[in-house]
Amino acid sequence: MSEKQTFSGNRGLQLEEPLIFEIGSYQNCGVDLDDVPDVASCLGDCAAPGNADLPGLSEPEAMRHFVRLSQKNHAIDAGLYPLGSCTMKHNPRLNEKMARLPGFSDIHPLQPQATVQGALELMDDLAHWLKTLTGLPAVALSPKAGAHGELCGMMAIRAAIEAKGELATRNRVLVPESAHGTNPATAALLGFKVDGIPANAEGRVDLAAFKEKLGDDVAAIMLTNPNTCGLFERDIIEIADALHAVGGYFYCDGANFNAIVGRVRPGDLGVDAMHINLHKTFSTPHGGGGPGSGPTVLSDRLAPFAPLPFVVSGEDGFSLVETMGDARLGADENPFGRMVAFHGQMGMYVRALSYMMSHGADGLRQVAEDAVLNANYILASLRDVMTAPFDNGPKAPCMHEALFDDSFLKDTGLDTLDFAKAMIDEGYHPMTMYFPLVVHGAMLIEPTETESKASLDLFIATMRDLVKGAKEGDMARFKNAPELAPRRRLDETQAARNPILRWHEPTAKAQAAE
Amino acid sequence: MSKKYTKDHEWVQLDGDVATVGITDYAQSQLGDVVFVEVPEAGRQVGQGDDAAVVESVKAASEVYAPLSGEIVEGNGALEDNPAMVNEDADNQGWFFKLKLADASELDGLMDEAAYADFLKELD
Repeated sequence: MSEKQTFSGNRGLQLEEPLIFEIGSYQNCGVDLDDVPDVASCLGDCAAPGNADLPGLSEPEAMRHFVRLSQKNHAIDAGLYPLGSCTMKHNPRLNEKMARLPGFSDIHPLQPQATVQGALELMDDLAHWLKTLTGLPAVALSPKAGAHGELCGMMAIRAAIEAKGELATRNRVLVPESAHGTNPATAALLGFKVDGIPANAEGRVDLAAFKEKLGDDVAAIMLTNPNTCGLFERDIIEIADALHAVGGYFYCDGANFNAIVGRVRPGDLGVDAMHINLHKTFSTPHGGGGPGSGPTVLSDRLAPFAPLPFVVSGEDGFSLVETMGDARLGADENPFGRMVAFHGQMGMYVRALSYMMSHGADGLRQVAEDAVLNANYILASLRDVMTAPFDNGPKAPCMHEALFDDSFLKDTGLDTLDFAKAMIDEGYHPMTMYFPLVVHGAMLIEPTETESKASLDLFIATMRDLVKGAKEGDMARFKNAPELAPRRRLDETQAARNPILRWHEPTAKAQAAE
Repeated sequence: MSKKYTKDHEWVQLDGDVATVGITDYAQSQLGDVVFVEVPEAGRQVGQGDDAAVVESVKAASEVYAPLSGEIVEGNGALEDNPAMVNEDADNQGWFFKLKLADASELDGLMDEAAYADFLKELD
């Protein structure tokens, strides 16, 4: 394919866009402001010398800049985005409309509680839904992301161990090899010793190896269910019982709750703490589109240690318990502290509750069923040409994501990275690569429930054509990819070894300024 | 003495009672381009199988385990400045750390070169 060069550097209507510092000038401004009168500076030595060199642009210039940048960004609103483990699914517009209601969007966390009764009631309703769906009696709404929720759950576990006076001796946390990296990081941050559990040939926790590791020093297990291989941990109740028998706590990483919501209540499985990614299971935006939110549900054993603040209701309506000295705290309640300065991500609470209420309990159940159905459709449609390491055939379905390895690329001279880059030329954001680590050259595909059959069929046909190209030795299609993206293949090694972390003024402009 | 190997793809070269430890050429080829290395400081006590160093590539981050127990006598600080050395010369200049052996009998549990080659064939 010959590459046509253009004078402007633009490719058709795909426009090149410099950084804002390179196009703006501090002499320009989008609005006319009166000259600032001379005033005495209060900054003293703190005043920065010289001009701040902020980019000045007219309104149309600013609009074009950000619209052009947004056009370079692949988003779930633009196309299928099958990042396994990340759950990039459609964010319903109704949620956005609800979140913009002024009673939710124009309030301040320090405003008198009597003036934000609706917002507090919404938090209470959301807490009710989360507790009902998980079958657990308490929830901390405030954690601001999945990993933050993990930290919250493990801090509650640590507080419970400390209350029993066992902190010095109960210091080992079991983490399966297929876990999200945040699990061992969370345990280590809290001072626990991390002990890995191997996976069995099926891709699940090796039950015998797990039981061998049990002892009086085990504080907790951190288990993802469904796990990162897209499989339901079918021994989970036996794991919970054995763990509880030695006095340990069960932390469940709820990142993949979207596969089982409405069908399985983690409380029934023996879970003591689990975070819920509102931005995955309950469709609030994430990945640059909005902040995460990781409410954490807790069992009876951990509920007394739930962090502040939380909403209570009484004769005077709804209010927040915000301090350790609050008279409404029971004698047995001993919050371990707080996770955030205020109450968490209000905008995400509104979106999540909007999603729950618009789907209803039966709709949420169908969300999980359709997510699993779509993933199995992909697995079933690709298993004859790609290789699925833990595939046990049609009678043993995967959950919400289909996991492949790179053995189908053996002897082609291509690897997972090459395959992923060629997907970009075909208009697809690649799936998750090289994770989970228990699989060689992993490709983890999560289509989500919101893709139609037509969309999945086109994706499957494209993947099959790519596999055919790889097996026929069409190296250029892969090694040169991406050719049709705004940028060609980046040098990830150099970017990691010698990252350029500061913007420097382009040389030409610097010289002209002198 | 010739090198010994672990199932975690570390190599050990003994000189007196000091063992030099690195990762094998197979390990570096599986990791891909190494972009970051953290080596232990001298004086640290490690048990056999403990985390001793960290190696991070464009694909994955991984621990390097102490194949034997003992006291770290030196970390290869040059790797922190030039992690590419692990890819270029895993068997020699890409060594990670040296440790003074606590228990020489632990060496018996490691593989020799032929056994490691057989082990790699099984993985393939």
